[in-house]
Amino acid sequence: MAQTAELFRPTSIDRLAEMLRTASDDGRSVGIRGAGSKETWGGVGAPVDAVLSTRGLDRIVEHAAGDLVITVEAGVALADVQRTVAAAGQWLALDPPEPGATVGGVVATAASGPRRLRYGTPRDLLIGITVVLADGTVAKSGGKVVKNVAGYDLGKLFTGSFGTLGVIAECTFRLHPRQPALRAVSTPTHDPAERFAEVLATGGEPAAAEWDGTTLTTVFESIEAAADEQAERAILAIGGQLSDAVPPGFGARPWDATSVGLKVTHRLGATSDAIAAVRSATPNARLRVAAGSGVVLAGVGADDLGALDSLRKSIAALDGQVVVASAPEEAKRDVDVWGPVRGLPVMQRIKEQFDPDGRMCPGRFVVQP
Amino acid sequence: MTALAELTSACLARLKGSQVITEPAELRTYECDGLSSYRSTPGLVVLADSTDDVGYVVAQCAALNVPFVARGSGTGLSGGALPRTDGVLIVTSRLNRIVRLEPDDERAVVEPGVINANLTAAAAPHGFYYAPDPSSQQVCSIGGNVAENSGGAHCLKYGFTAHHVTGLEVVLPDGSTERFGGTAPDPVGYDVVGALVGSEGTLGVVTEATVRLLRTPQAVQTVLAAFRTIEAAGDAVSAIISAGVLPAAIELMDALAIEAAEAAVHPGYPAGAGAVLIVELDGPRCEVEAQLADVERLCGEAGAFEQRIAADAAERGLIWKGRKSAFAAVGRISPDYIVQDGVIPRTALADVLQAIDEVAGEAGLRVANVFHAGDGNLHPLVLFDEAKGQTERAEEVSNRIIELCLDHGGSITGEHGVGHDKVVHMGKMFSAVDLDVMQLVRCAFDPQGISNPGKIFPTPRLCGERPGKRSGVHPLQQAGIAEVF
Repeated sequence: MAQTAELFRPTSIDRLAEMLRTASDDGRSVGIRGAGSKETWGGVGAPVDAVLSTRGLDRIVEHAAGDLVITVEAGVALADVQRTVAAAGQWLALDPPEPGATVGGVVATAASGPRRLRYGTPRDLLIGITVVLADGTVAKSGGKVVKNVAGYDLGKLFTGSFGTLGVIAECTFRLHPRQPALRAVSTPTHDPAERFAEVLATGGEPAAAEWDGTTLTTVFESIEAAADEQAERAILAIGGQLSDAVPPGFGARPWDATSVGLKVTHRLGATSDAIAAVRSATPNARLRVAAGSGVVLAGVGADDLGALDSLRKSIAALDGQVVVASAPEEAKRDVDVWGPVRGLPVMQRIKEQFDPDGRMCPGRFVVQP
Repeated sequence: MTALAELTSACLARLKGSQVITEPAELRTYECDGLSSYRSTPGLVVLADSTDDVGYVVAQCAALNVPFVARGSGTGLSGGALPRTDGVLIVTSRLNRIVRLEPDDERAVVEPGVINANLTAAAAPHGFYYAPDPSSQQVCSIGGNVAENSGGAHCLKYGFTAHHVTGLEVVLPDGSTERFGGTAPDPVGYDVVGALVGSEGTLGVVTEATVRLLRTPQAVQTVLAAFRTIEAAGDAVSAIISAGVLPAAIELMDALAIEAAEAAVHPGYPAGAGAVLIVELDGPRCEVEAQLADVERLCGEAGAFEQRIAADAAERGLIWKGRKSAFAAVGRISPDYIVQDGVIPRTALADVLQAIDEVAGEAGLRVANVFHAGDGNLHPLVLFDEAKGQTERAEEVSNRIIELCLDHGGSITGEHGVGHDKVVHMGKMFSAVDLDVMQLVRCAFDPQGISNPGKIFPTPRLCGERPGKRSGVHPLQQAGIAEVF
């Protein structure tokens, strides 16, 4: 984003709307920023005239503990949501690792962590949304009840849209009861897919499983007796060390701000093939494999991006896609960050309906401004 | 020649004669879906045998500006597949192949006419099942489930159709065919699959769906708990949820619903019950057994006077039979009835039930209550006798119930959809601007407005207009609307 962009920090949705209305009248392009924990994600943004910080939208609007629902403004940190609902023995079942990340940023980037295995990703837990469009129009869809099919689900479209359809101003989420016990089984293996299948064959239902290149960590979360028994059965099946905490680095991204992160998806039955393809294209990749979820995260160097096309070819054969999830700007300037996109013309038409002047977060996503 | 006549001859020229229905008597058999209070004889019916058939008919519709409505099994309860006299009804029920079953990928690829229960039957030998289970699952189609974002008893734990569809092939309203998503997770781009599921046929016609298959859980336990009062049963629901137990399903039936079920399918629910609760737990055996003990204890503490645990699949089936046949069963105790579908926050259950009671009492009508108690999804059944001129009063009670749901922060529909029936309620739940913005999606897919027009939205929007009204220009700082750094 351009250094000279003005920074706005509205403290209410009304003010946010007015700010966007004015920006619209002036024809100014707008970037959106939460905690800034994922600035290296997505496409290289074009320079913008104004940057909108959501940090002033910091109210926890309502925690309906008995209904397992929370409504928060977009600038609230996910960690603050977790602190708020923990008092009621609940949690918002999203565990992306970026420190300080705001709810709005997590939803806008569809960020997920290892517990997606059991709970899914932001799209699965978001039940209502208030958005502000480029021209300042404020609209909501969904509601405050989990089960609701009235009207189109704008929350789905805005989840993972990288700000290109408008600003996510407020979100309502379904919460889950926090399980009292955690048991992690760490098993050294070179074949995580096979080991994980053996765990599932025991009838256990892990909340998460992650392989870091040498060790498969399988996490059970339940009431104490059931977490114990599932872990014991897993150890009987595949061996490993038992712990009541996840190992250090569990769920961390295998990249940092200066390296390149690839997100490789694949059909669930092709985990081994996907790992082999990544290792063959980028032999020095650091891996985080969400076993059972169909996602391989790889940390590589900028030089490795030369192998992107050939990796995309092998991954396409596994029904998957390769995205440059995170990279320094200079590393991805000449790279197709997203790769081929199925249904792109329809997405472009959606973009043109919501932001006809192409002023919202230009360049950050698959669509043209 | 009218546009519809032109469309008819185009279809006859291209499709087999048996696929094109033009006889008035035959057309009339398609005049309604599961909500038979609305009827409209379609101008033309086409029975599609392939995606190409659908694409051809829709392309002709686009060229001739003729509206089309897609229909699966026709079991919808909101009139979502209500035909148009000036349009064509495209029936997808002959597209009923399970294209691929991929247990290793935990996916199935199905045509839209595949019956919901048949998919689970096909997946079961591999140790898998398809989770969304609307009560009509023996006859409803997956295409219809996708259109309506259908739920079912087990969506408390496992979510709705939207959580289980990972890819779609769609004939867009211009007649072109496009694919979104697939077998892998997190497809790149906007979540178009998520937007399409639940769009009630207004964005195109789904011709193939890729869906998740879940592993059959190691253990299942079903508890039937009988209470003297519905309040006590409601207390048990709150206690179970507060204890951090997430059952696969929690279903509640009141005395009238029990009476109806007994008359129709004889599930043998405990005599003298003012309400029964069905709680189903599934998962790893050790977890289920521990939770079962919790549930029994909590139901007992809430005042359950009898609890039965299904000993086997047959007993479980009988418990569920009473619940799943409840809508139809009401026909045994009342000549006519309206099925309502509203949602409230679970904590408002007692208040809303009492209010429903009062509304029904004032109207001199009876309301049987059947609901997915775990997620606050009510299905009040308003009983009436058309022959006695009670129709209008029944409709009033039904509408009043929806308003009660909205007053308590709920929704006008939890799983049956807006369709034709609830268009009038949309403006009570959403502002005109909200509805206008939703229709931006419509404009991206269907600028002509020919894909199931008249459903969901009370007022169609002219594509090209901007939603909302622009106010005058105010310099930011002068208005003090944002801190400027």
